[in-house]
Amino acid sequence: MQIDNYLIRQTSLEKLFNNLIGNGKTVFAPQASEKRILFEKVKAFSEITDNYLVTTNAAKSVVFPRTEKLFSYKKTKETTEITDASTEAVPEVVLWGTRPCDAAAFIPLTDTFNGDYPDILYNNRRGKVYLLSFSCATCDEYCFCTSVNGSPGNTAGSDILFTKLSTGDYLAEVITEKGKKLVAENQTLFEAAPEEEKEPNLAKVKTYFNQDEIQAKLQNLFENPVWDEKSRACLGCGSCAFVCPVCSCFDIQDEKHGSKGTRLRCWDSCGFSLFTLHTSGHNPRETQGARWRQRILHKFLYMPDKSKVAGCVGCGRCSRVCPADINILETVTSI
Amino acid sequence: MNELIQKAKSLLESDTVQVVIGYGKGSADKTRAIFLTKPEDCDQLLFDSRCVQNLAVYLTKHEIKHLGKPAIVAPIPVLRSILQLAVENQLKESDLVILGVSPESKLIEFDSFGAIELFLNAYKIQIDEKYKATIDKIKAMPVSERFAFWIKELEPCFKCYACRAACPLCYCPKCTVENNQPQWIPAASHLLGNLEWHVMRAMHLAGRCTDCEACYNACPMGIPIHLLTKSMLQDVEEHFGPYGPSVGKRNTLSSFNPDDKESFIR
Ligand code: SF4
Ligand code: SF4
Ligand code: SF4
Ligand code: SF4
Repeated sequence: MQIDNYLIRQTSLEKLFNNLIGNGKTVFAPQASEKRILFEKVKAFSEITDNYLVTTNAAKSVVFPRTEKLFSYKKTKETTEITDASTEAVPEVVLWGTRPCDAAAFIPLTDTFNGDYPDILYNNRRGKVYLLSFSCATCDEYCFCTSVNGSPGNTAGSDILFTKLSTGDYLAEVITEKGKKLVAENQTLFEAAPEEEKEPNLAKVKTYFNQDEIQAKLQNLFENPVWDEKSRACLGCGSCAFVCPVCSCFDIQDEKHGSKGTRLRCWDSCGFSLFTLHTSGHNPRETQGARWRQRILHKFLYMPDKSKVAGCVGCGRCSRVCPADINILETVTSI
Repeated sequence: MNELIQKAKSLLESDTVQVVIGYGKGSADKTRAIFLTKPEDCDQLLFDSRCVQNLAVYLTKHEIKHLGKPAIVAPIPVLRSILQLAVENQLKESDLVILGVSPESKLIEFDSFGAIELFLNAYKIQIDEKYKATIDKIKAMPVSERFAFWIKELEPCFKCYACRAACPLCYCPKCTVENNQPQWIPAASHLLGNLEWHVMRAMHLAGRCTDCEACYNACPMGIPIHLLTKSMLQDVEEHFGPYGPSVGKRNTLSSFNPDDKESFIR
C-alpha cells in the first residue's frame, strides 16, 4: 500500500490525542513512574512521557492479555452448558508511542495466533487496535532491530509512524487503511508533507548479525555447549518471556467453583521448570540450558522457518530486565 | 581484589573446588554472576558497589551443583543467606568454600558456619529509616485504604516469579504455586491470584528473610514486595526477638515449645 506523508505540528499531537479520546477510543501510552515506564491506559495527554527508549513491558497485553477468559461452563446432571467469552465488550484501542520494533512484533504475534486455527479472541482484539508509533532517535547497547530486519524508522506493523524532525514537528507516515481513516477523521491536523529527510533524525543502530545467517547456523546447533554456557546464571523466571512483545506461550487453567467454572489462558514462559513438564514426571527440557536453547531456537529458527519472520524484533527488553543479566544479543552473536 | 583473585585461583588449581561463583563484568555498566572453572579465568572476578545480586541463590540450583564443589564470593547479604540456608539444613560446611568480602572489600575466610554467625553479630540487619517510615505509614492506614494500596501496587504483577527465582531462600523444588493438582494458588495474575501469591510468598519468608532485597531488585515491574518482608521482619522482632539465625536453632515460625506464650497450641 502507498504510504502517505504529512506534517503534524508538535502542538497538534495533543489535539489528535484529545480527538481520539473524544471519539471514545481507549488509549494506552508510555507512562513513567519511579522504577518503570509502562504502557498504561491514559486519559490525559499530560500523563504520557516521551522520555523513554522502550517501555519496560510490551504492548502485547492489549491483544493477548496476561489472563483471558475463554469460556465459562455450568454442569448439571445431564449436560454441560458452555458460554464462549464475548468479543463485543472489547473496545477500540489506540496504542500511542509504540516503537517500530513494538509495531513489527505484532506481525509474528498475529502469525502465531493464526496457525492451524484462527484465534477468534486474539483476532477480535487485534482488529480493534490502532498502532501510532514513534521512530527512535536514540538507542542503547541492548537494541538490535537492524539485525532482525527492522530499523529505528521501520514502518512495518504501524498504522501511522511519527518521526520527530529538527523543528520539533513530526513527519507522519500513514501506512494502512486504519491510519488513513484516522487521518480523514482529523484532516485539519495533518498538513502537507515536510521537506526534511527522515533518515538523519533516526538513531544509528549497529548491525550485529544477519538473521538469515543465524537461522542457517542454528539448523545444526541443537547439541552445543553454548546453551549451558550462556544460560548458567539463569534463574528460571518468566521475566524475559513476559516483557517480550513476541512471546506467546500460554497455559490453560480451569478455575472452578462447584459445578461452575471458567477456562482461562494465562501467560507461560519457557524459563519455568513446569514448562513442558509431562504428566509422567518427565521433562524433555530438564535444565535451564535446554530451556534457553528452546527460547533461541524458537525465535531465530522455528518461527522464521514456519512463518518467514523471526520471533524476535531486537527490542532488547528481555536483556534489560533479566535479573541474572543474561543477554540475548550476546548469545546470538556468539553463535 | 587481588587477594580474592589469588585465592580463587589457588582453590581451582588445587582442585579444592571445581567452580568459583563470583561477580564479573556484565552488560552495559552492570555486573553479573560468573561461574569460573579454570584458574586462568579468575582475573575476571571483580567486586564493587554494583555487585548486589545475591549469589547464594546458586548454591541450591541443580545446574550449578552439577559443576562440583563451589567457592562463593560472599559479601554480607550473601553470608546472611548462607547462614540461613545452613540453619535450614540446605548446606553443609564441607559443601562449599566461602570467600567472604568485608564492607571494606577485604577477603575474609570462614572455616565454619559458626564463624559466620560470630562475624555477622557485628552487622545486625537494620531496616532503613526511609522504609520504616513507609511501613509505618501503610500500617497506620485504615484497613480499606491499606487494602486499596496493596491492590494498586500488586496490580502490575504478571507472575513472572523473578522475585522468587532470585531469592536464595525460595529453593523449594516445587513451590506452592506449582501445586497444580489441584491448583492451590490461582495461576492467573488477576486480583485474587496476585494477592494470594504475595501473601503466600511473604508468609513463607517470615522469620527467614534476611532482607537482602534480591526479590525487589529482580522484579521487572518494580513492585515494592520488599515492604512486605521488611514488615514481617519487624513483626517477628516485636513478637519473638531480633532475627538471628544460628545453626542448631530452628526458624521462628516453624518451631514451637510447650512453654511458648501462645495458648492456642496447647
Ligand atoms: S534468562 Fe533471565 S529473565 Fe529469562 S528466565 Fe533466565 S533469569 Fe529469568
Ligand atoms: S526476544 Fe528479547 S529482544 Fe527479542 S523481541 Fe523478545 S524481548 Fe525483544
Ligand atoms: S529480601 Fe527478598 S530475596 Fe532476600 S531473603 Fe528476603 S524475600 Fe528473599
Ligand atoms: S518479580 Fe515482580 S512481577 Fe514478577 S512475580 Fe514477582 S512481584 Fe510479580
